[in-house]
Amino acid sequence: MFDFSYTVWIVLIPFFVFLLIGFLGHKFKPVVSGIVGSAGLFTSWILSIFTAYKYFFDVGKIDGVYQQIIGYNTLWLRFTDTLHIDMGVLIDPISVMMLIVVTTVSLMAHIYSTGYLKGEKGFMRFYAFLSLFTFSMLGLVVATNIFQMYIFWELVGVSSYLLIGFYYEKPSAVAASKKAFIVTRFADLGFLIGILLLSYYTGTFNFLELTSPTGPAIGTPPAATFMGMSVMTWAMILIFMGGAGKSAMFPLHIWLPDAMEGPTPVSALIHAATMVVAGVFLVARLFPIYISVPIALQLVAWVGAFSSLFAAVIACTQHDIKRVLAYSTMSQIGYMMCALGVSGMGGHEGLGYMASMFHLFTHAFFKALLFLCAGAIIHAVHSNYMYDMGGLKKYLPITHITFLIACLAIAGIPPFAGFFSKDEILVAAYHHDTALFVIEYIVAGLTAFYMFRLYFGIFWGKKQDYHHTPHEAPLSMTLPLIFLAFGAMFAGFIPFSHLVTSDRALFEIHTEWIVAIPSIVIAIIGIGVAYVMYLKPTEIPKKIAHSLSGFYTAAYNKFYIDQLYLFITHKIIFNNISRPIAWFDRHIVDGSMNGISFVTNQASDKIKGFQSGQLQQYAIVFVSGVILLSLVFIYLWT
Amino acid sequence: MNILFLLIIIPVLTIIGILFTGDNKQVRVVSAIGMTFQLILSAIIILWFLAERNAGNTAEILFASNYVWYETLNIHFFIGVDGVSVAMIGLTSIVIFAGIFASWDMDDLPREFFISLILLSAGVFGFFISLDLFTMFLFYEIAVIPMYLLIGIWGSGPRHYSAMKLTLMLMGGSALILVGLLGLYFNSAPDGGPLTFDILEISRVQIPMNAQLFFFPLLFVGFGVLGALFPFHTWSPDGHASAPTAVSMLHAGVLMKLGGYGCYRVAVFLLPEGAHELAWIFIILTAIGVIYGALGAIWQKDLKYINAYSSVSHCALVLFAILMFNETAMTGAIMQMISHGIMTALFFALIGMIYGRTHTRYVNEMSGLMKVMPFLAVAYVVGGLASLGLPGFSGFVAEMTIFVGAFQHPDIFHRVVTLIAASSIVATAVYILRVVGMMLFGKINNPDYELITDAKWYERLSTGTLIFGITAIGIAPLWLSNMITAGLGPVIHKLLLSMN
Repeated sequence: MFDFSYTVWIVLIPFFVFLLIGFLGHKFKPVVSGIVGSAGLFTSWILSIFTAYKYFFDVGKIDGVYQQIIGYNTLWLRFTDTLHIDMGVLIDPISVMMLIVVTTVSLMAHIYSTGYLKGEKGFMRFYAFLSLFTFSMLGLVVATNIFQMYIFWELVGVSSYLLIGFYYEKPSAVAASKKAFIVTRFADLGFLIGILLLSYYTGTFNFLELTSPTGPAIGTPPAATFMGMSVMTWAMILIFMGGAGKSAMFPLHIWLPDAMEGPTPVSALIHAATMVVAGVFLVARLFPIYISVPIALQLVAWVGAFSSLFAAVIACTQHDIKRVLAYSTMSQIGYMMCALGVSGMGGHEGLGYMASMFHLFTHAFFKALLFLCAGAIIHAVHSNYMYDMGGLKKYLPITHITFLIACLAIAGIPPFAGFFSKDEILVAAYHHDTALFVIEYIVAGLTAFYMFRLYFGIFWGKKQDYHHTPHEAPLSMTLPLIFLAFGAMFAGFIPFSHLVTSDRALFEIHTEWIVAIPSIVIAIIGIGVAYVMYLKPTEIPKKIAHSLSGFYTAAYNKFYIDQLYLFITHKIIFNNISRPIAWFDRHIVDGSMNGISFVTNQASDKIKGFQSGQLQQYAIVFVSGVILLSLVFIYLWT
Repeated sequence: MNILFLLIIIPVLTIIGILFTGDNKQVRVVSAIGMTFQLILSAIIILWFLAERNAGNTAEILFASNYVWYETLNIHFFIGVDGVSVAMIGLTSIVIFAGIFASWDMDDLPREFFISLILLSAGVFGFFISLDLFTMFLFYEIAVIPMYLLIGIWGSGPRHYSAMKLTLMLMGGSALILVGLLGLYFNSAPDGGPLTFDILEISRVQIPMNAQLFFFPLLFVGFGVLGALFPFHTWSPDGHASAPTAVSMLHAGVLMKLGGYGCYRVAVFLLPEGAHELAWIFIILTAIGVIYGALGAIWQKDLKYINAYSSVSHCALVLFAILMFNETAMTGAIMQMISHGIMTALFFALIGMIYGRTHTRYVNEMSGLMKVMPFLAVAYVVGGLASLGLPGFSGFVAEMTIFVGAFQHPDIFHRVVTLIAASSIVATAVYILRVVGMMLFGKINNPDYELITDAKWYERLSTGTLIFGITAIGIAPLWLSNMITAGLGPVIHKLLLSMN
């Protein structure tokens, strides 16, 4: 058997790089941090590729089924004899795929940032945090047990917090980072409670035991129920809540658009390609259990589908290009969730699972590319807003071409990567539930529309008077663009059904033209509409916005979910819970303590008069006491 | 000679040494040297303890020494350690070490200040190694009394009020404890024979149920007052707010742990049946404390109040976990004491250093400090992240051990309150990030702050030690958890017996 124990270094190298840059980075020139960070990650990347090659093409398969291999495992903390947290590396198709995704995109972000953040004050800090994030994300994807995943889940959360708040002098960045952390923390509470439920009813954290068909979660599920649903259903719904928080699913999505306050490479890495798909990965990891609790799986499908539609509608109205991309990310992740929700287990039944992972993979390439292009554009025109841009194709030729490739990929035009993965999702939905299929079909059209609205608006459209001529980004930035563009073009040809499937066995897929042709048609319609409206400045967008005024305003304001969030945090928690508690503590609890001391004081004040030192007073008291006692003894003593 | 004696002798020698010093500088140096030795000694004790255990020494108590002190009443001077007390010794020496360096620039009567501080720590060390209730109570009082002077003389704000309030409330608790201890003493030989204060001997006898029901609440509330048991916690915010930096550190970091330790070592260990019968009342109170403290902290503006309420929440979790009566949760309780002790000492140290620079403790009056004092700001963020239970720091390990342990309880009531207590992790995140966001991030709002300098060497040493403590436990918790779990053996055994 091939020894995979070296894979632990894929995870650990970024951690040591983090320590190195964090402690020693300031002793050297900033650029050293960039080089050390990129070099460390390059090593991890090479190791990941080697692992993928070894696993998929050499030793991973036995009798046509990919094995789940524990590459490395060590006890970290013991709770009871059966419940313990291990730190380890689980090698199986999805974790190996995620290793590739995370290291590739992270490497691109590392290289890109050497150009993008050149001369920035916190350059070293940025690379330290980027390494910390990469370490956490890698630890998350290779987790052998659900608690290890939770640990790294929290760590990616905090890296995301630190990186969103990278420009910490900017109030909006600080607010956005805080919001991201608290919203996901709230979702993680659900995750934690789900883990506690699982631990109580199944007695294990281990993924292999949990997902085993004969294991305590699936084979002999607990009989307990709560409010008409089995506890396993509750546990899986709560765990999904954690996933929904990280993956920005409705209604826990509100932090994602604000998270765009972070530097653009961070948006590309964390908030497009890796961390936000952690929720999808979580559901995929526990997929065998979800299959056994259909209600929870149904919820996953509908939350995913609704989020994808909801976000796509908002994306059509936004002007900040990074926010458009953020909503687009949310929408695409909704696709992946929905695909998992409509999937079954094994062979063609499991098409949705395969499609979801496939889309996760291709999406990582084209969405990271889109963000990095957006970074190059912002770098050139110093604005995030679409109406400050236009006619840039002349100035930014490489960015233009790569952005176009990414747009074609996400819109689902063959033979770009997005077409294949999205098509599989639509096929899976088509065979499972017509309503979900219709929603996702509409979203496909909307996606093509809003992406090309962006494309035409930025690169064509009205030419702006720029302060200084926009110029193409340096090589360190364009190289990653070109690399990712190749991914966006060719990743679709990877035969995923031979690599990553629900039961880890292979199956054959055929293009179903009955779904594929309409999906291409709607994508072309979407592009066409965008072409008419945005190729040249027209009055059409305004007219449409006007005719849909109520709906448009609502969508433009993101359906007021943010206001709801503010209302809950500020009005309810801060003013109506915390403030009364503070008052109660000062005045009632502490007041009663002060009251006791007050009463004691008063009482002693009254009593102290007895000890006046005046002999006459003592004599009177003495004599009256004697008389009183005498009377008592004489008359009452019988 | 028993190595544990050194834990008392070193502080006493240090105090004597301080008496012979000339100027402020010598006072500081002598204190620092003494407490450095104390820290090294604690490390040696822990390592020796682990080595003995590895060598297969399974005695309940290691390094035991037992001397008759007052024969008529059968009072002994009995000391010794198990896995739990060894861990607490480690905590105390780290906090006092950091505390000395945090008060390096104290120039108001430094000789008296350091003497009181070290005397206090000697009381704490004595308390943790005592196995005789009388000795224990004596050391307890030695630890609590200097607090009055420390706050009353070196404090700030309404310091007389705070010192008085704190001391009176703790004395009220002591009164309950004293009655409880006497109750134990007079019930320590139900079958006749000599009465005893010896904890181990009392743990072997069956105390009558009616006595347990009467004395358990006295002891639990008595120690609970010091452990910030809701609703007897209000001395904490005022006391901490008025206390000077090192005193806050020691008080929240170590003294409050005396409460939790006493509840565990005396109340629960010696009166298990009574504890079983009455636990539900205190479980409710502590669960309220966990949430109440966290929510109460959100609204506060004064950094010390925020941290005091945060301590109420974290310490309530300690008592909560002790009352879960299972090995995992109780291990978590002890870990939480250590974790919170180091973490809160870090916070109070940083608050003192920040106050020394900005002359305000109100969060809303500060902004953008990250830029001018990066070291202290990063340390504060690290402390904050540890406090909100981020993996990689000790708080996570302790909290998760508590939650997982408590949730394994077969009884639905316990599991429901566990979920309620667990929800505090969200509220904690809110108040921590609020402070970090307002105080450290953003733009500098006061031109005077531009002139602020970053941490000096002694401040770096003080905070660095504490940060090292929380990360070391957070990254490699297994040894500590194993050591504590092994130390809990007798308690768990007795609790299990009492359930049948």
